[in-house]
Amino acid sequence: MSALLELRDLTIDYRSRRGLVPAVRGVNLTLEAGQTLGMAGESGCGKSTLAMSVLRLLPKTAVIGGEVLLDGEDVRTMSWGRLRAVRWAGASVVFQGAMHALNPVLRVGDQLAEPITLHGGAGAKSSSPADVERAVGELLERVGLPRRHAKAYPHELSGGQKQRVMIAMALACGPRLVIADEPTTALDVMVQAQVLKLLAELVSESGIGLMMISHDLSVLAQTCQRLAVMYAGRMVELGPSAQVMHEPAHPYSKALAAAFPTVGDPASRMAPQGLPGDPPDPTNLPGGCPFHPRCPVSTVECESTDVLLRQADPGHQAACIRIEEVAGEPV
Amino acid sequence: MSELIRAEDLSVRFKARGGATARAVDGVELTVRKGEIVALVGESGCGKTSLARSLLGLVQPAQGVIRFEGEPLPTTAKGLKAYRRQAQLVLQDPTGALNPRHSVYEAVAEGLRIHKVPGDERELVADALSRAGLRPPERYFLAFPHELSGGQRQRVVIAGALALQPKLLIADEPVASLDASVRGEILALLLKLRQDLDLAALVVTHDLGLAWNIADRVAVMYLGRLVEVGPVEEVLTAPKHPYTQALLSVLSETPEEPLAGSSISTGPIVLSGEPPDPTRIPSGCRFHPRCPLVAAGLPEEMERRCRTEDVPILSGGQDTQVACHVAAARQPTS
Repeated sequence: MSALLELRDLTIDYRSRRGLVPAVRGVNLTLEAGQTLGMAGESGCGKSTLAMSVLRLLPKTAVIGGEVLLDGEDVRTMSWGRLRAVRWAGASVVFQGAMHALNPVLRVGDQLAEPITLHGGAGAKSSSPADVERAVGELLERVGLPRRHAKAYPHELSGGQKQRVMIAMALACGPRLVIADEPTTALDVMVQAQVLKLLAELVSESGIGLMMISHDLSVLAQTCQRLAVMYAGRMVELGPSAQVMHEPAHPYSKALAAAFPTVGDPASRMAPQGLPGDPPDPTNLPGGCPFHPRCPVSTVECESTDVLLRQADPGHQAACIRIEEVAGEPV
Repeated sequence: MSELIRAEDLSVRFKARGGATARAVDGVELTVRKGEIVALVGESGCGKTSLARSLLGLVQPAQGVIRFEGEPLPTTAKGLKAYRRQAQLVLQDPTGALNPRHSVYEAVAEGLRIHKVPGDERELVADALSRAGLRPPERYFLAFPHELSGGQRQRVVIAGALALQPKLLIADEPVASLDASVRGEILALLLKLRQDLDLAALVVTHDLGLAWNIADRVAVMYLGRLVEVGPVEEVLTAPKHPYTQALLSVLSETPEEPLAGSSISTGPIVLSGEPPDPTRIPSGCRFHPRCPLVAAGLPEEMERRCRTEDVPILSGGQDTQVACHVAAARQPTS
């Protein structure tokens, strides 16, 4: 049986005036139904590009190599009609910035109804207005909003409520895979906690696969079973959330994990941890391990040897030649 | 450490649509001492930004006084201009705060020109940039914002503030729009500025981890009032107000795991609902409609007080204070 989502040697370059700019440089990944995977990394590391490639949502300037298999079917070579059928019903996206992703001049209910009318799903027996309206009401209740909000315009809702509408919309056609791109960025801690709890409940109830993208490791660790950390277009670490968070095997993951302190931990009191330097320029990646110029533990070897993922523990991989030493130290 | 800025019984009100009055800040007492870093935390809409803006003289308080070094804030345009040299604002989004067509040099020199700061402009700009961690400063003079990374842009904004040699920085979510890896660097910079220049800061944030990283004291705000104030170690490891407890509980990444060094071990307390509307502040304790203690059931007399009696306003001083009937009854001395 084929996995829900499988990426094989995925590469994505953007055509630009300066030639091809690599955004994703060879990623292999598998996600089964009911699994949750978090993708972490800083701006420009390629995590959103990777996620958008799953539904062929990239701009025309993107050049994709490798395979993107959704239920064993390559999204890259799908016919336009088949792709339309897969979007929403097979896999859907919760886009970042709920504030701006809804149409401001349409009622929330009408926006939720659109994919249901076009694709069916969410328990709507037919696309008759009454059935669709009932399905919209059920969707709103599923994400914890009263049915009457179907009549509201986006500006009448708070940020958290809008994000719930976005999640409801992603669920409208009963997809098997949901991709959530920074679903809680710009939300408050308490609202963020509500939204994360909702996502976790929906995943466990309906057995859908979830790929969640964020730059905040602690948010991902709350919701996802596995975490992938990306740097300069490649996956540099992949493993169970708790391990990546608390025993990272790559120095970059270590820096990300330390960036969000545990309140109450004396080690981080009055000692904010950052990572010096800037993310690399994708048109001019450093030779060897692309992380070496910022790496606190790099050696001469790192300047010339490029590293791919290797095993740290069973089910836990990292792309670092000093993997044993790094993995051995506590955060 | 002596007092630098103090808000006394401060209220900020706005006219909302339909003629209602939004009580964004509704009786706040807060002090920031010289060289002290205070974190002001709370949800969106709790009034923390309105409070910060009123401290800069950007909004007129409806009631109450703000004293800077003991003197009430000036009300004349000239007086306010002089005051704003002492208290500088750092905003959340450095990309929006910088003019895309101004070079780094111009961005930093602008404040110097407005305030007609004496001395060699080039030297002052270079000094501010290197203090903000952009070294060597000359390399950045002619750069434009789009050529810089997010972290570097925020350093330029901070340099622009530092050029005027202020005594107080008011930073509104200074790292919220920055990447995780850059966040720590900017926070470390704020700590270093305090150490080198004795610069005080009021950091407005919804991020309790930030408070733990750099603040001396934390003030938790809910619907226009401070509900808990005190040293970071006390408030964040042994929170007394149910709202602070709920905020902290949702931070721990695994539900079963208690917060390190904390007395909470009950898993996350996810408050339902959105923060209520400042145009309709509930009677009694303003937190009671969302309070997990009230929801769990309290003795009848206590519940009556929570629902009907307003909680006294905290004085915002140095000791730990909590605005909660239940917490006050548990510890009659505090």
